[in-house]
This record gives sequence, C-alpha cells and structure tokens, in this order.
Amino acid sequence: MPERARKIRVSCVVNGEAASFEAYPMARLLDVLREELKLTGTKEGCGEGECGACSIEMDGALVNSCLVPALQAQGAKIRTIEGLAIGGSLHAVQQAFISHGGAQCGICTPGMILAAVNLLARYPQPEGTQIREGLSGNLCRCTGYMKIFESVLAAVRQGETRA
Amino acid sequence: METRVIGKSVARKEGREKVTGRARYVDDLSFPGMLHGVTVRSPAARGRIRAIHFEGEIPWHEFTIVTARDIPGKNCIALLIEDQPCLAAEFVNHSEEAIVLLAHHDKYLLEEARRAVRIEIEPLPAIFSIEDSLARKEIIWGQDNIFKSFHVEKGDVDGACTGAAFVVEGTYETGAQEQLYIEPQGMIAQVSEAEGVTVWGSLQCPHYVHKALMILFGLPRERIRVVQTETGGGFGGKEEYPSMIAAHAALLARKSGQPVKIIYDRAEDMVATTKRHPSRTRHRTAVDLDGKLLAMDIDFTVDGGAYETLSPVVLSRGTIHAAGPYACPNVRIRSRAVATNAPPHGAFRGFGAPQSVFALERHLDRVAEAVGIAPDELRRRNFIREGQMLAVGQVVKEKVDMNGLMRRAFELSGFHVKRKQFAAENADGRGAVKKGIGFASFLHGAGFTGSGEEYLASEVAMEAIADGTVHILAGSTEMGQGTNTIFAQIAAEAMRLDCEQIKIVQPDTAYVPNSGPTVASRTAMIVGKLVETAGLGLLKLLTDGGFLQPGYTAADFSRACGEYVAKHGPLKSFVKYEHPRDLHWDDQKYSGDAYGAYAWAVYVAEVSVDMRTAEVLVNDFVAVQEVGKVINPVLAAGQIEGGVAQGIGFALYENVVWQEGRMVNAQMTNYVMPTSVDLPAIRVYFEEVPYGRGPAGAKGIGELPLDGTAPAIANAIAHATGVDVRRIPITAESLLEMLEPVHA
Repeated sequence: MPERARKIRVSCVVNGEAASFEAYPMARLLDVLREELKLTGTKEGCGEGECGACSIEMDGALVNSCLVPALQAQGAKIRTIEGLAIGGSLHAVQQAFISHGGAQCGICTPGMILAAVNLLARYPQPEGTQIREGLSGNLCRCTGYMKIFESVLAAVRQGETRA
Repeated sequence: METRVIGKSVARKEGREKVTGRARYVDDLSFPGMLHGVTVRSPAARGRIRAIHFEGEIPWHEFTIVTARDIPGKNCIALLIEDQPCLAAEFVNHSEEAIVLLAHHDKYLLEEARRAVRIEIEPLPAIFSIEDSLARKEIIWGQDNIFKSFHVEKGDVDGACTGAAFVVEGTYETGAQEQLYIEPQGMIAQVSEAEGVTVWGSLQCPHYVHKALMILFGLPRERIRVVQTETGGGFGGKEEYPSMIAAHAALLARKSGQPVKIIYDRAEDMVATTKRHPSRTRHRTAVDLDGKLLAMDIDFTVDGGAYETLSPVVLSRGTIHAAGPYACPNVRIRSRAVATNAPPHGAFRGFGAPQSVFALERHLDRVAEAVGIAPDELRRRNFIREGQMLAVGQVVKEKVDMNGLMRRAFELSGFHVKRKQFAAENADGRGAVKKGIGFASFLHGAGFTGSGEEYLASEVAMEAIADGTVHILAGSTEMGQGTNTIFAQIAAEAMRLDCEQIKIVQPDTAYVPNSGPTVASRTAMIVGKLVETAGLGLLKLLTDGGFLQPGYTAADFSRACGEYVAKHGPLKSFVKYEHPRDLHWDDQKYSGDAYGAYAWAVYVAEVSVDMRTAEVLVNDFVAVQEVGKVINPVLAAGQIEGGVAQGIGFALYENVVWQEGRMVNAQMTNYVMPTSVDLPAIRVYFEEVPYGRGPAGAKGIGELPLDGTAPAIANAIAHATGVDVRRIPITAESLLEMLEPVHA
C-alpha cells in the first residue's frame, strides 16, 4: 500500500468557540465540520463547489467548505448555521425563511441562509439584482427562489439584520 | 365557508429544525461501528459478466464484499414486476448497473478499493434510441422490447381526417431530465437476528422499500422496518430507486454484521439513478375551417431504459394527458414504453404528462397557424366544458372554466398587447434581441389513475393521547412539499384545534399504516381527506361517549382526551380509502373516470432571444390555475414557483448528454439547472373552486406546474424567432442551429 499522508492538528474558532481537530491536510473542511466537530448542519450537495449547500463563513467571507482544505482552517474564524441563532433566538433571516416559505426540503437552507446573512452584511438594503446575484452560488431545486427572495426582503424590512 | 386554519399560511411544521441546521438527514446520522458502503458498477451497456477481479494493493480481507450470490431471497428490486436485479449476476443490461458491493470503515480506502475492482464483460450489442428499440434492432427485453402499450379510441379518427379542411402533422421530442434534488440519495441499514432488517433513509415511499426488502430477503413483513429520515427533495427521483440503495446497504449490513451507510455522491447519483423518460410524440390533427377540432391522432412513445420499473404507469399518465383539456369527438391515442440499454428512467414530477403536454401545446400553436387564427382562439373554440367528455371518455362533472383562466392569465401578463407589440418590433429586423410571448393551457389529474386508488386502499390512523396531543400516522412523507404542515392544518380545521396540537409521526413502517406512495399529486387530496375523516372519527368517539360537548375549546378537548384514555384506554381512529361509487374505470378499454379531479391551468411565458448568441431569457412568467381550495397559500405558491423553475430548466437548460447509454455530463457544473439569476419573476395566481371530495375542498397541485411551463416557453420562442421548435431542451446550441435556416 502506498504511504498515506499524515494527519495534522488544526486550531481555529468555530461559532465563537475555540476548536481543535486532527485531519489530513487536504481533507475537506466540510467533512471535518460534519464528522470531527459534529456540525452536521453544513450539507453536501455536489462536492465540487457548484451548489453552495456546504456554504460557511470563513473570516467573514462566504466559502464552499467542500473546496477548502482542512489546513487552511488554521487560525480561521468560522461560522456555520449552528452559530447563527443566539441562545434560543433565531436570526432575523432564519425567522423570515420560516414565515415566508424560504425553506422547503431544507437541504440548501443552511447554506442559503448563510449566503443571505453574508449578503446583508455587505448590502444592508439590497436591491433585487443584488439579492439574485448574492445568492446565485446557492442552488435550490424546490422553491424557484421566489420565496427565498421574499424571505430576504422580509428580514431587511424587519430591520434587525445583525451581521 | 369560514375556515380557521385552512387557507392560512401556517408556518412549516419542521421549519425551525431546517433553518437552524438541526433537521437530521440520512447522512447526518451515525451509528456505533458503522461501515461505509460503495457500489461497483458495470462499465458496459450490455454484456455477459465474465469475471470480477480484485486488484491493486488493497487489504481485501478487511472488506465486506457482496455479490448476487449473497442475496438470501430473490435477486430483484420488486416493483410492478420483478425484472430488475438487485445485483447483476450473469448479464448487465445498462451501464452503471450494480454488480459488487464493498464495505469498510475507512471511506477513503473504500474509494480506492472501488477503483481496484475490475469487471470483465463480454460485450453484447446494445440499443440506445426509441427508433432502434421499436425497429427491434436487438431484442433486449421480453419478446418485443415493449414494456407496455395503450390504445385509446373514440369515434372515427380516419373518417374525420378524410374530409377535414386542415390536417396538421408533427413530431415532437423531449429529453431526459435529472430530478437533481440537492440531497443525494442515501441509506443506512442494520440487520440482526433479533430485529430483522431495518433501514433509514432519504425516500418518498417507505412501503415500496418495505415490499422490495421482503422479497429480497425472503422475510415476513414484521421482520422488515423502513424509516424515512428528513428528505432533501425527491420530485419523483426518490420514488423507486431508494429500494435499490436500501437493498444494497442491507446486504452489506447482513454480511458484515455491522450497520452500513451508503451515500451517493452527486456524480454517482446522476449516472446511476432514474431520470425523466425521454419521449417522442407524433400528432395528426384534423380541424374544420373555423379551427374546431375534428380528430386527434396521437402516437406517444417513451424510452423506459433497461428494466420496467414504473414505465407502464408513467406511460399511462402521459397517454391520458396527451389530448389535453379539449373536447374532440374523434380521438385515437396509441402509446408504448420501450426498452433501451440506458439506466431505467423513472418517476419525475408530472410523470409522463410534461412530455405529452409539451407535444400537444406546441402542436396546437402550429394547427392555429395552419388554420390562420390566433393560438388562443383555437384553444377557446375547443376547450372542454362541464358535461363534455375528455379523450378517455371521462365526462367532466366539475365546474371548469378554461376560458376564464385564460382571460385572467392574459390580463395579468398583457398577452394580447405584447403579442402584437413584439411581432411589430421583431418584424423591424434590426434588433439583435427579439421578444416573444406564448402560453399553454392544460390539466393535471390528481391521485392514482383509474382504479389505482381503489387497489391502493390507503390507510391513515390517528391517535389522541391523554394530554390532548393528536398524532397523525401515515406513510406519506414530507420531502419539502409541505405534507406535515397541510396534514396538521386539515386535522386542526376538522377538529377545531390549533395546528400546534397536531403531531405528525415520522414515517416508519413499524408504526404507520400504508397511506400509499407520496407521488401523483395525491397526498393533499386523497390522503388529506383520510386525515380529515380520521379526525372527525376521533371527535365522534369523544362526543358519542359524552366526553366532549359542542362549542368546546382546545382545553376542553385535552381534558376529554384524558378522561377517555383513563376510562377506555387508547383513543384511536383508523380510516381506509373508499372509492367513490360514481367513478368508473375500465382497465381493458382504458376508458372512464381517469381521475377523481383535475387541476386546470393557463401559463404565459415572455421571452427574449439574443439572435447573435441564441441565448434565451424568460422575462416574465404568469401561472394561473384552479386547484380547488388552497390549504396553505405560501406552501401552494411555493409548489407552483418551484415547479415552474424546474419546467424552465426542462425547457431551456437541462440537457442530459448520452454516450452509449451513459450520462457523460453527470456534474452540476455541466448539467445546468436554473440559478437565482436565470429566472424571471414567477407570478402565481389561484382560482379556488372547492372540490367536494377533497379535504376542505382541496385538489392536488404538486405536478401541475411541470406540464405547462415548457410548452409556454417553446411557443414564446417560436413567436419571437419564427423557429418551429419541436424538441426540448432548447439550448443555445440547438436554437442556433435552428436559427440559421430562418436567417438564410
């Protein structure tokens, strides 16, 4: 058998808490989050950076965690869907997705919500085209996106879209 | 009728779990000692398996290896018949057919091992097209490559064609379409002496999987248990194939003695699992000078792939919908599902109807052109009305107003003004971008076809526990479309309770009765009605027993439940479907009341076509439909919007590229579905004519939007460019080829 790569130790901050794990350097951050840190809210839809189901925030930027090697997480500040609600209180975008039909099957929802939150951090009062473009890396097969746009606008209207 | 919760946009039952990431899908579950499983598949489309070689520097002794020899019962995935093997033993009949299964705890090593299995196949000649299958170039299934055929005949078609003012012919084709649920397929299985076979997974129809496993393992029903986990979209794609994955995981679990998880990656999901049936439809239509339909002669063929799976049923729905919402005295529909050496095609939202409706609605625009009248005028002169007979001999007893739907859709879309305006602007000839507007008018039957619901005899149970919580027990699954929420609304309305008081029990064959598969736009209308009836049954137990008085509050109800349970034990009701006595269907003649109810619709699409690049943009989309009482406006609109988006994909983007019966663009990067920047505003409007037999008056809506979207777009493109569109998807490449002769 060919010699296999050695695991490395990676330390980072995940959802505001220090985290440390061992992983192969080129292991996908997606797998590390799901398997080592048991944060299964981050989903895999395609494994090649096309669908956005695995979207997370890394140092404030939205990334596809299926394309990020574990070694790049060293020292990074990561936010996943599990880190969005504070206490029992949902983020305005999460609440809007519930009340405006933004979630159907729910598999794209964690990534879609993080993409929306990330968009609103950049454009607190987004125009229609900014919403469409901001979410274009996140595929949804259920909604036809209309209710997702409505959810984002509803969250904006609520005026409490904390970053 | 005054309603409390029906017609209100009650929030999705499992919404909170979904927006917080706490909803548990199959890949989110992990069991102690669990192994991962993979499938080794056929590299050839057809041939004889000569040898299986386990090569490479792989510690094979660490692996659980399963082949057809390890199957304890019958080697098949039982569905309508038992022709599809679980694992190919001697012959393969399509590429990517499963042959060997491997399990190991290390999924990285497992992937290396999968690549190190070499399957030696002696090739046999294969066929890949409807034409080659019909010509019997090779016989690859049964005596004649035909899975099923239908012949519907009404009046004298040939006689009517003979003297007609116009006879218009045309051939239309639709391509395969991938369901592309964002959660790939997956299953976990556990097998033990004590508990038998248990599987957890992403699926639409727990009792289909249950039946397949009973026959594969040769076990009685109580030794098999199927549990649905949160399901990330299905659209038909998780109707039949989950039985295959469940079978594979269970065989590995049985041999290894450990739980086994199989999760497909996207590429495997796309190459190996089912897609929408490719189709070819031929029309010959006779009309008089005024555009009145005299005869419709329709020949409809679908490519079923290598095994029968659900092709006969897909063909049935496509056949019945092929003549649309029109009254025509003479109709002949001949149809067949044929075998090719592609992986079996299967259920996909619409189930045969999107194919035949595309052909009809595109064809009728051409008929109107031949007659020299507007396409809407042609429809108007032929729309079915109450008391008239559909092609399969069903007299429409519901109120139907296709003209009214069309009027509303045209007002909302500005159809007439734009039709003229675009034609004038396009005639100018200088603009690089041409615009068009087109429509389709159509119907979609809800529930199983003909006697299907009678045979299914679906069951629903309901139990109220001592604290007043009402549990709904059904095999119907939530996969995003809103089953949980609308069931709660239907029960709450019938029992005058709050939705929060209703709990939907997770579909688990050990606990829930078989309410039939979650398919065919049947869950709201058929199963929802059973939920309503079961709720009323529970109430009756309480009121007849003197536990509850009229005018009760939710608190009264809870107290009554407590008292009933203390005195009599469990408070349960159980309902079984009873087929309405006035619905008659003749399976031999294929004639009669095909569906209890239809949804009716007119969709309008506005497009622009860049004549240099042939890129098509849908600029506006208006969807007007009559669906009975709308149970939940947000969920219902979400169903239509999502369906229209899939229909836009079907019409313009989603192109399965085949090479020797294998999908070669099995990636999301080169199989393109609509993104948030590709879609217009999808504007959805409902007309509500309550249906007497639906819960609170509701009919089915799930599949409807797939039927009319593609032809509306194709007709709009024809309007914009003058191109006689006959085939979808209309990709930029294919449109460019069609534009050249127009320009020349």
